[in-house]
Amino acid sequence: MPPMNAAPPASPVYRISQPLPLDSGQVLENCEIAYETYGTLAPDASNAVLVCHALTGDQYLASPHPITGKPGWWERMVGPGKPIDTNRHFVICANVIGSCMGSSGPASLAPDGQPYAMRFPVITIRDMVRGLVALLDGLGIERLHAVVGGSMGGMQALSLAANWPDRAARVLVIASTARHSAQNIAFHEVGRQAIMADPAWAEGDYYAAQAKPDNGLAVARMAAHITYLSEAGLTEKFGRRLQDRDAKSFGFDADFQVESYLRYQGSGFTRRFDANSYLYITRAMDYFDIAEEHGGKLADAFGGTQARFCLVSFDTDWLYPTAESRHIVHALNAAGAKVSFVELSAPHGHDSFLLEHDQLDRVVKGFVE
Amino acid sequence: MTGLRPDLAAIAAHVAPGSRVLDIGCGDGALMAVLEAQSGCDARGMELDGALVERCVSRGLSVVQGDANLDLANYPDKAFDYAILSQTLQTATRPDLMLDELLRVGRRAFVSFPNFAHWRTRLALLLGGRMPVTRALPVSWYETQNIHHVTVEDFRELARLKGAKVERAWFFSNEKQIGAPAANWRAEFAVFKLSR
Repeated sequence: MPPMNAAPPASPVYRISQPLPLDSGQVLENCEIAYETYGTLAPDASNAVLVCHALTGDQYLASPHPITGKPGWWERMVGPGKPIDTNRHFVICANVIGSCMGSSGPASLAPDGQPYAMRFPVITIRDMVRGLVALLDGLGIERLHAVVGGSMGGMQALSLAANWPDRAARVLVIASTARHSAQNIAFHEVGRQAIMADPAWAEGDYYAAQAKPDNGLAVARMAAHITYLSEAGLTEKFGRRLQDRDAKSFGFDADFQVESYLRYQGSGFTRRFDANSYLYITRAMDYFDIAEEHGGKLADAFGGTQARFCLVSFDTDWLYPTAESRHIVHALNAAGAKVSFVELSAPHGHDSFLLEHDQLDRVVKGFVE
Repeated sequence: MTGLRPDLAAIAAHVAPGSRVLDIGCGDGALMAVLEAQSGCDARGMELDGALVERCVSRGLSVVQGDANLDLANYPDKAFDYAILSQTLQTATRPDLMLDELLRVGRRAFVSFPNFAHWRTRLALLLGGRMPVTRALPVSWYETQNIHHVTVEDFRELARLKGAKVERAWFFSNEKQIGAPAANWRAEFAVFKLSR
């Protein structure tokens, strides 16, 4: 198994020359952003679309993942002739800071030559977006044609619109929220506690050790994965069916298919993700509350914005339910912003934004075009 | 005008160019598209039916999926030059409160509705003794979304009660504009322009 903290080779890396100021008051020195691009930037840099990834996503938006070999995570949406058409648009996707696919995060080396581990500063969604804005500066992109994101990617899109209102002409936010709810925070805390309860976590200082906190990280992923699916979706996919056996074992093996599936998801995840990154990114999401950043009123975060917004929710998404999108829409209406909103019907819960959905394709295409 | 329904065409012809417009119950966005393309308006829409919203968004219009009975409350006072309610008033839970909201979010309002006092409707009820199913009201009583049928005279009375000024009215029968005399008998559809 390759060492977890080895940066994958493929992506170009942008080095931010200035120290990156963070919401915590700390700064991040020598910050690096790994990114992928698709399509060609127009001479006037007017055709750039930034796609922001979700919690465990990465910059491999429309190209194969170097560790898993799987196709890009949104290849069905981004590419030549796809709803986000790389024949027309220059599409950028960057690994967020705090993550582990080439951008600066807890697995990166600190100035003393050792991995940061828990010495990495606690970051926020706005800090991630600061990193992305620095990358846009580096690429010579003053104003994005569109910023697009689902889930945590949607939080980044909203944060960009609220804090750098001139940087994007269109803001597309899918299955997301303007603040983490108590329930959202609660599920993340279960995941973090699972990681920190793993003896191999070793206060985060495991990079040189034989054992990684894979068991804790796998449990965190299993718990989170349930929140990405709907009850009906789980029932349809697994029901109470047994896994490779005809009868219950009267033991604690994965008797049920759904158990086997979750274990597989959990262990697969540990091959491509750093446990400390999971702690830092979930923390950033829990701290997210755009209204709080802007004096307590969400509409004030978007006052005077000239951007066009589009929000999409899914009727079976109980992680970031439609009410959260509506809350944002109401604030944008109050701010006088141009906003569209549609709740799409899909059986698969929060994950629907990553799956086949013709209506979503048409909305994305129509809005981003 | 570009194949719009006659009531929508009358509205489109009387919205000042460059206005800010909210089209409540915008359907597939036909009126909004004309207002944006031909009058340079900043048009926003609200529509309950998600499939119609998707069509609007995919043609580049700014439309919010929402319930006009509830979601108008989120718009600031006088946010729009015009609030448009086309053939939706009679579906409202409380048409009187919706009219208040219309005149709160818009400086002016256009309201169009099918006239229940049209002679065909009257005859159907008088002679047939059954809830009318007519050209203008083609859906049977148990399926129709029109839960608050209204006549031209009822609407004038509601406007008066609400302190709204009728700036102008248009009447239609058989897809054509007709004159105001005896409109409560002759009009299948009516459009009112109001202010307060």
